[in-house]
Amino acid sequence: MHIKLIVNGIEHALDIEPRTTLLDCLRDNLDLKGAHAGCEHGVCGACTVLFDGVAVRSCLMFAPQAEGTPITTIEGVTPGPGELSPVQDAFCETHGMQCGYCTPAMILVAHALLADNPDPTREDIVDAISGNICRCTGYAQIVEAIALAAERMRGANRPSERQK
Amino acid sequence: MSTGHRFVSTDRRVREDRRFVAGKGRFVADIDLPNTKHVALVTCPHPAARIKNIDKTTALKMPGVHYILDGAELAAATLPLMTGLDTPNVPRRPLAFEVARYSGEWVAAVIADTRAQAEDAAEEITVDYQPLAFVLDAEQALEKGSALVHEAHGSNVLLDKTFVWGEVDKDFAASPRRLSLRVKWGRSSTVPIETFGVVATWDPWREILDVYASIQMPRFSDQIGAALKIPNTCVRVHYDVDVGGSYGVKRGIKHTVLCGYLTRRLGFPVRLIEDRLENMRGGDAHGPERLFDVEVAFDDTGVVRSMKMRALENLGAYAGRSPFQLGKPVGAIVGPYKIRSVQYRAIAVVTNKTTQDAVRGFGQGPTNLALERCMDEVANVLGLDPLEVRRRNLIRHEEFPYLIPSGTTYDSGDYHTVIDKVLADTGYDWLKSERDRLRGQGKLAGIGMAACLEPSGGNATFEALLNPKITTSTFMDSCRINVDGAGAITATMHTTSSGQGHETLVGTVIGEVLQLDPDTVRVTRPDSLNSLPSGTPVGSRMAIMLGGAAFHAAQKLKAKLAAIGAHDLGIPVERAVYEHGNVHDRQSPSSGRSWADLVNIAHRNYHRMPEGFEPGLAVEHVYQVPTGGTLPTPDGRVHMYPCFSFEFHLLLLSIDPDLGRPEIVRYRLGHDCGTQINPKIVRGMTMGGIAHGIGAALFEEFAYNDEGQLIAQTFMDYLLPSSHEVPPIDIIDHETPSPYTVLGQKGSGESGYLGAPAALANAVNDAIRPLGISVNTLPIKMSALGDLIADAGSRGPE
Amino acid sequence: MKAAPFEYCRVANIEEACAMLAADEDARVIAGGQTLVPMMAMRLARPTRLIDINHIAALSYIRADGEAVSIGATTRQCMVERDALVKARLPLLARAVPFIGHTATRARGTVGGSLANADPAAELSLVAVTLDARLSYRVNGRTETVAARDFDIGPMTTSLPNGAILTAVHFPVWAGKTGVGFHEVSARRSDFAFVSAAAQVELSDDGECKRIAIGIGAATATPLRLESAEQRLKGGALDGAKIKAAITEALSDIDPLADLHASANYRRRVAASLASRAVADARAHALGKSIHAH
Repeated sequence: MHIKLIVNGIEHALDIEPRTTLLDCLRDNLDLKGAHAGCEHGVCGACTVLFDGVAVRSCLMFAPQAEGTPITTIEGVTPGPGELSPVQDAFCETHGMQCGYCTPAMILVAHALLADNPDPTREDIVDAISGNICRCTGYAQIVEAIALAAERMRGANRPSERQK
Repeated sequence: MSTGHRFVSTDRRVREDRRFVAGKGRFVADIDLPNTKHVALVTCPHPAARIKNIDKTTALKMPGVHYILDGAELAAATLPLMTGLDTPNVPRRPLAFEVARYSGEWVAAVIADTRAQAEDAAEEITVDYQPLAFVLDAEQALEKGSALVHEAHGSNVLLDKTFVWGEVDKDFAASPRRLSLRVKWGRSSTVPIETFGVVATWDPWREILDVYASIQMPRFSDQIGAALKIPNTCVRVHYDVDVGGSYGVKRGIKHTVLCGYLTRRLGFPVRLIEDRLENMRGGDAHGPERLFDVEVAFDDTGVVRSMKMRALENLGAYAGRSPFQLGKPVGAIVGPYKIRSVQYRAIAVVTNKTTQDAVRGFGQGPTNLALERCMDEVANVLGLDPLEVRRRNLIRHEEFPYLIPSGTTYDSGDYHTVIDKVLADTGYDWLKSERDRLRGQGKLAGIGMAACLEPSGGNATFEALLNPKITTSTFMDSCRINVDGAGAITATMHTTSSGQGHETLVGTVIGEVLQLDPDTVRVTRPDSLNSLPSGTPVGSRMAIMLGGAAFHAAQKLKAKLAAIGAHDLGIPVERAVYEHGNVHDRQSPSSGRSWADLVNIAHRNYHRMPEGFEPGLAVEHVYQVPTGGTLPTPDGRVHMYPCFSFEFHLLLLSIDPDLGRPEIVRYRLGHDCGTQINPKIVRGMTMGGIAHGIGAALFEEFAYNDEGQLIAQTFMDYLLPSSHEVPPIDIIDHETPSPYTVLGQKGSGESGYLGAPAALANAVNDAIRPLGISVNTLPIKMSALGDLIADAGSRGPE
Repeated sequence: MKAAPFEYCRVANIEEACAMLAADEDARVIAGGQTLVPMMAMRLARPTRLIDINHIAALSYIRADGEAVSIGATTRQCMVERDALVKARLPLLARAVPFIGHTATRARGTVGGSLANADPAAELSLVAVTLDARLSYRVNGRTETVAARDFDIGPMTTSLPNGAILTAVHFPVWAGKTGVGFHEVSARRSDFAFVSAAAQVELSDDGECKRIAIGIGAATATPLRLESAEQRLKGGALDGAKIKAAITEALSDIDPLADLHASANYRRRVAASLASRAVADARAHALGKSIHAH
């Protein structure tokens, strides 16, 4: 069937079987490989994308269901070729990953969290990523990355005390 | 913490991270070759069954289907997969041949235009099975009259070897005390989030089989070539595929042989990406399931003199390298303790469960569990403090290098200092008072500890120990460095990685030796036809082995540059000083040659080169594992791994007595892996190892029902720790360098996992001991623990 | 794990959805999909047609409805989680919703989807039964209602007739000095509960129990009301020993589920423990005291 998906701000016309999940559609039809398949039954979270800014499991949605809602993938939060967002850079600073497979999902969850809550506690961060499984890091350096990103983003573009 | 290094041990970013945060890793499922077809598997529903007939008629007519392969065709065209033990009557093949031996075993493969179409067709294949008798329990598999998993083998025993190192009987007779313990390590595995996948494509014009796989496996191309009966020069494995986690298990040889055969047969690229069900049931990536019967002989002060250990491993239906997981622990069989003599009996049996493969630690984690439970029980029986008992048994700093009864020499260590450092951070008395406070609140509370070794370096002479037909004593890795005509440095490494930061490791070591910014060193991964030998990342070996190879190659380059500079300056080479890429005369520092000069001479001014030197600046080093090189003695003594890292876990656990739910209140780890080449990498892997350990201890199990069905086959039932289940952990580092490695580094790839389950088991036991109960089976599940506590309560206090 | 093929359509109103369901007995509606899609991926569910009801605006609402609060079937669980009316009028629901799955599944999962799925461990089913909610569904052009306790008839089984679509759930609101308690236990924080307990009490001015509802989830095939315990506890002081005795007695003849994760004994025992905690919390809450999280 013919559908139109809005991904990272661009509208795409696609012809897919209805049973194609949003995950498979992004990867196979749109060549956006950053969302990963880990379980295909909605537990591991490696397939996470932002659906109207909200973190969801793309393996639990059939592509036609996603019509009409803006979707953001990891490619959409990357500022440009070779450029990193503050969240991505923070993950590099703390080495909040190892194999990289769960990483795009973690970063998107971080983006969604920080958009909603710019000053999360450790418990807020732990809770936000609790739907994403990582087998490499034991989560410590991921939590530190998100806390660091939050701190840096809070400190960015703020008027100095002098100017207030 | 190390002094004197410019780049090693500093807080450097891991260069691989850049591509991963952008979603630009190159995982096998990301690789799109034109005209690729997809595989889905048909699996056997029975734990054991004869395959009478496979009816493909309907399936072949379905949309997109190109071919259906069955076990008979594949068996006729390929050789069985390589095994570790000498067991010719236990062949292992990608597709079951005549008999399927576990529920989930692959029986046929469908190849179609899309994965979905392949799955549609797989459903339409009718297999006529004749169910056979089956056995699931290892002890039952040992019994006469048990169902035989492989009739031709005559029994279910693949290995039964007993070693006696030292005067075990004498030591037992001379000891005033002894105790026996049965400990079970349940069947779990490291279960990476990325399943195994492979894309294989045969080029008949160049006669090359290109293999892209999510692989972590020694001798991968050898095994592909052998099974497919093609020369290794026709197999090209691409090492620049990013592997989404492995921790041992990504061995995928049956997947690869399957796809390799299919692409040669059918003429287009063939792709198999396991779905999670295929992975859990039939991916052959289960971990050890081991039953220990241990007996220790000790004195009234708690010093353990001798140990008898029987380890019974439930391999599953087939075996590749997995039985060797009974052999690796031989190299650290006494743990960090001065136990004088050991009797070790290793038994491996087949059963009708999923096949195992190598799991992080290669058997050391289960062995450490058995050892550490014994130590706690020795303390308990004597009414002594378990920490004190350990102190009395631990090898002392001044006693290294230390030869253990089974023939391995531990390189270095300072176990008492590591423990002291942990206690300085978290007072033992404070921990005990916290435990009492929690008990006062009505909780069960326990302190758990484990003092464990991480053997590292990957001298796998346990192969020869368990299979005398193997005479391998070479364990190597390699690095090649080329400086091109413009002075740019490229180094190569010859294996895949799964998150260990090896590119960063190589760059850092080379930068350190050459005194140049590591970020200017490009690190690439040639394919298997362009590579030098590598043992691959197993046995916590890469920091030692790849680090060592890179170090020596860089030293060769440095020496060549110094020689070229000296010759051009007209001075003896002893007077040439290499500094930051330049060479100057020690006696006249202003007289020198810059990096650019040296590159120019090497690449373009042959007339200025020293006599007999090769032009250019290309060096390589193939590095043999330090301290190895011997085969086992007739009585089974041999030196294995070169380096031994040490970890000391100390934790406080609280258990809600009604719910049986454990909560880790405090977790401290003392860790000594010698020089840390990149501290961020080491810390990350240790944290990850502890998380794996928490899973193995409390949550994860490949549970089977009595009908031989794997009932934990999705992530709804196989429970992986999330961020809620891993508490904040503080790691206290210490560095006792190894005298045998280039920078004093030891391996750390298995850290945390090797001791966390033991520490958690000890904590649970400390908590429930006042009720007169104990738990010696992993995983310790909440419901089982709750029931155990309730039963004890209803019996009344002891 | 690719689903078997199906046709897909999106409908704008409930009548259209019912008509499409009626036209094909193997068609199913899809709302959040958090339960249905995994089942389809494993080919345990193989609808020939999916009728997407996510865009029926008329089914997504939370509103006061006399002495009740009505929630439309396609209302996202995360909307309920954040809603001020729910926090004010349905504190038990507000307490329970964060236990449902993960943030990412609550972002898509719906109230109706969870109720219609009727997993024995579902928090929403437990709250519905505990509060004597009523569920509305549309079938054959009519709207029918059924009591929650008559709706769940077995594990994953409801009394919803063929071709019917759940449209709303109506939770009664308690007046007076009300307090709530909710506990659940699972292996990992966000797993399906092994056992859960919900309690709501209304106290009289002198602190005695005027009204009480106690429900147990995940321990039996469907959520259980502990009516005998409610009878014993009504009209008196709620002290620990009394609560425990009443609950233990009420649970003495239940037939708990046993599976890979928890034994029947565990469920029976822990049900008693959690129910007691939930009632104690509800009492404290009603008295204006703070409550321990677990």
